[in-house]
Amino acid sequence: MGQQHDAYFVPAKSTWPFVAAVVMFITVFGAAHWLNAEPGDAGFGKTVLSVGVIGVLGMFFGWFRSVINESLAGSYNHQVDTSFRMGMMWFIFSEVMFFGAFFGALFYIRMFSVPWLGGHGHGVLTHQFLWSDYAAAWGANGGNGPEQAGGAFRTVPAWGLPLLNTLILLTSSVTVTIAHHALRAGHRGRILLFLGLTVLLGATFLYFQAHEYIEAYKELNLTLHSGVYGSTFFLLTGFHGLHVTLGTIMLAVIWLRVLKGHFNKEHHFGFEAVAWYWHFVDVVWLGLFMFVYIL
Amino acid sequence: MSYAATHDQHDDHHGAPKSFFQRWFMSTNHKDIGTLYLIFSLTMFFIGGSFAMLIRAELFKPGMQLMQPYFFNELTTMHALIMIFGAIMPAFVGLGNWMIPLMVGAPDMALPRMNNLSFWILPFAFLLMLSTLFLPGGGPAGGWTMYPPLALQTDSLAYVVFAIHLMGISSIMGAINIIATILNMRAPGMDLLKMPVFVWSWLITAFLLIAVMPVLAGAVTMLLTDKYFGTNFFNPGGGGDPVLYQHIFWFFGHPEVYIMILPAFGIISEIVPTFARKPIFGYKAMVFAIACIAFLSFIVWAHHMFAVGLPLGAEIFFMYATMLISVPTGVKVFNWVATMWGGSMTFETPMLFALAFIILFTIGGFSGLMLALVPADFQYHDTYFVVAHFHYVLVTGALFAIIGSAYYWMPKWTGHMYNEFWGKVHFWNSVIWVNVLFFPQHFLGLAGMPRRIPDYNVAFANFNMISSIGGFLFGATQLIFVGVVIHCVFFSKKKATDRVWEGAKGLEWTVPSPAPHHTFEVPPVINDDELAHGHVND
Ligand code: HEM
Ligand SMILES: [Cu+2]
Repeated sequence: MGQQHDAYFVPAKSTWPFVAAVVMFITVFGAAHWLNAEPGDAGFGKTVLSVGVIGVLGMFFGWFRSVINESLAGSYNHQVDTSFRMGMMWFIFSEVMFFGAFFGALFYIRMFSVPWLGGHGHGVLTHQFLWSDYAAAWGANGGNGPEQAGGAFRTVPAWGLPLLNTLILLTSSVTVTIAHHALRAGHRGRILLFLGLTVLLGATFLYFQAHEYIEAYKELNLTLHSGVYGSTFFLLTGFHGLHVTLGTIMLAVIWLRVLKGHFNKEHHFGFEAVAWYWHFVDVVWLGLFMFVYIL
Repeated sequence: MSYAATHDQHDDHHGAPKSFFQRWFMSTNHKDIGTLYLIFSLTMFFIGGSFAMLIRAELFKPGMQLMQPYFFNELTTMHALIMIFGAIMPAFVGLGNWMIPLMVGAPDMALPRMNNLSFWILPFAFLLMLSTLFLPGGGPAGGWTMYPPLALQTDSLAYVVFAIHLMGISSIMGAINIIATILNMRAPGMDLLKMPVFVWSWLITAFLLIAVMPVLAGAVTMLLTDKYFGTNFFNPGGGGDPVLYQHIFWFFGHPEVYIMILPAFGIISEIVPTFARKPIFGYKAMVFAIACIAFLSFIVWAHHMFAVGLPLGAEIFFMYATMLISVPTGVKVFNWVATMWGGSMTFETPMLFALAFIILFTIGGFSGLMLALVPADFQYHDTYFVVAHFHYVLVTGALFAIIGSAYYWMPKWTGHMYNEFWGKVHFWNSVIWVNVLFFPQHFLGLAGMPRRIPDYNVAFANFNMISSIGGFLFGATQLIFVGVVIHCVFFSKKKATDRVWEGAKGLEWTVPSPAPHHTFEVPPVINDDELAHGHVND
C-alpha cells in the first residue's frame, strides 16, 4: 500500500461515513415519526424506520468489510492498531457512563425519592399533603409508588434464573479468555471451540432473559408500567440485554473470522476488542445482579 | 468502498482530491473536515442568532408584540440548543481538527474516517431538530434543559431526543478521535509537557465529553420512555421524581459548560503569548488548573438546582464546591495577565479579542460566584441575572475566543492576511454592543425579571429596550465578520508568511501558509527552540 514507506498511515477516502450519517438519520426520523403517529397511522414511520435499520445493518457490513480487507492487506501498522485500541477503550468508557446514568437513577430513587415520598427525611410535606398513607418500600410492596402505578406485582426472585444467568455470563468470560490464550498460542481448534462456547453461552443468556421477561409480564404482572420499579428494572436489564445481543453477534462474527484465518498471534485487535466488550457486559451484569435483583 | 479503493491511496495521499463530492463528503483529511465543521458552526451561529434577534424584538417593549407565547418559547429553546450544540461545540471541534495535528506533528487525526462520520452526523441531527418547527404540534418549547413534566408535553420530544442522541454520538466519536490523536500521534520528541496549552485543553475537554455525553443520552432516553412507553422515572405517583431528571441533566450540564470554555482557555493561552512576545507564565500551572477545573466540574452540578429544595447539607456542599472552582480559574486569569506583564505587546485583532475575553469572561465568573451563594441564588435563580451570567461566559468567553482564534489562524488556513482595519471595526463594534446587550440584563435580573418569558412588567421597559438595541447591533456586527472571512479567503492579496505573527511559536507555524493539503507525512524532527514550551522542564 502506498503508505508503507511512510511512518504514518492515512486511510483512503471512503463513502461509508457519509452513508452512515444518512442511514442513522433515516432510522431516527422513522422512529420519531412512528412514536408520534396517531394510532393506526404509524405505517409511514414504521416503513422509514425499517429502511433505516436495514441501511444501518448494511452500512456496518460494508464498512467493516472494507476495514477487514485493508487490515488483511497489511495496511495497518502498529500505530493504527494503537489508535483502534484507544478508540475501543474510550468507547467502552462512554458505555460505562451511559449505564452509570441508569444506575445513578436507581440509587437516587431507592435512597432518596421513594423514602421521601414515604415521609422520611427531606420529603415530609409531599408525603403529608399528597400521599399520607404511602409507606415507602422497594420491591413488590411499594416499588411502584404511592399510586401503585401498573397495579400490584411481584418481583423476579434473584436466586432463580438471574443466578443461573450470572453463572452463564461468568463462565462465558472464562471461555472467551481461554480462547484468547489459545489465539496467542496459535491453537485454532481450541479457539474455535471456546469462542463457539462463548457465543452459545451468550445466546443461552438471552434465551433465559427473554423467558424471564415473559414470565414477568404474564405471571408476576411486573411490566414497564409497574411504577419506578418497573422502569428501572426493564431499562437496566433491557439495555444490558441489548448489549449482550450486540456482543453475541460480534463474537459470532469473530468466530467466522477465526474460521477464515483472519487472525494470527500478533494481529488480532478485532478479537481483543470484542473480548473487552464482552467483559464489560459481564461486569455490568454483576452490578445488575447485585443492585437490581439481590438488594 | 472496499479493497480496490485502497489502491487510490497513493494519489489521494499526494495529489488533490478529484471531485467536489470526493473532497467534501468522503474526506479523511483533518483540514477539510475542520473546515466543514467551521462552516457548519458559522451557519448555525447565524440561524441561532436570527432566533435571538426575534427574541430581542419581542422583548423590545412590554406587551405582546410579534408572536404567540408558544413560538417565543420555541425560540428560546431552539436558540440555546443551536448555539450550544450547533455553534460553540462544533467550532471547537473544527479548530481542534485543524490545529491539533499541526501542533503535535501528526499527519492527520488518528481515526480519519470516524472523523468524517462525526461531522456528517451533525447536519442531519440539526435537520431533524429544526424540522420540528414545522410539525403540527410545534417544536420543543420547554427550554434547552428539557425539564419534565413540562418537556413531556411537547409533541416534538421524540425528534429532539433523537437529535440529541445523534449529537452525542458525534461528540463522543469526535472526542475519542482527539484523545487518540493526542496520545498516539504525536511526533517523536513532542512530550506531553511540551504540547501547546490548546492541545492540553482539548485533551481534557475530550475526556469530559466522553464522560458526560452518555449521561445526557441516558437522561433524555428516560424522558423518551416516560412519554412514550409509560415508565415513571420522573413521575412521583409512580415513585419517581422530576428532580431526578435535573440531577442527571446537570451532572452532564455543568461539565458541559466547561466543555464550552476549556478549549477557549487553550486558545487564549496561545494568542496572549504570541502578541505579548513572551512565553506563557506558569505553563504547568495552566495545564494543572485546567485539569483541576475539569475534576471539580463533576461535583458542582447541583448549583443549578439550589431553588428546587435540596437538603441543607447538599446546598452547602455544592455551594462550597462551586466556589472552589474560582481558585484554578483565578490561576488562569492571573497567569494570562502575568504573561502580558512586561511583554512587548501589539494589538492585532486576535489579541484584542483575547483581551476582551480576559476582562469580560472574568465578569461572567464574578456573576457566577454571586449565583453560587445559596441564599442569593434563591433571589437570582431563573431571572435575567442568570441570563447575563451565562452570556458573559459564553458570548464574551467562548465565542470571543473562537472569533479571536479564527483571526489568529485564518492566515495559516488561507495563506492570506485578513483585513486588519475591518477586523478592528468588527472587534470594537462587538465589544461595545455585547455589553450594551448583556450588561443591563444584570439589573433586570436583580430587579426580578424572570427569564424565558415573552412579556414583562413595564418597570423593566427601559433596560429591555437598551438590551434589544445592543442585540440588534451586535447581530449586525457579525455580518462584518463574514465579510472579513470571505475577503480573506477569496480576495485578499496580502500573502501570509509561514510564521504569520512575529511572536508565534510552535510546530504549526513551521509549515507553509496556506498549510498544504497534507502536512507531516513523515514525523517532523522537533527542535525544542521552535516550540512555545520546548524548555519547560529545563
Ligand atoms: C466561576 C465559575 C462559575 C460559577 C461559580 C458559575 C455558577 C453558576 C450558577 C450557580 C448557575 C445557576 C444559576 C441559577 O440557575 O440560578 C450558573 C448558570 C449557568 N452557567 Fe455558570 N458558573 C461559572 C462559570 C460558567 C462558565 C465558564 C460557563 C460556560 C462557559 C457557565 C455557563 C452557565 C450556564 C449556561 C448557566 C445557565 C444554565 C441554565 O439554567 O440554562 N458558567 N452558573
Ligand atoms: Cu454550572
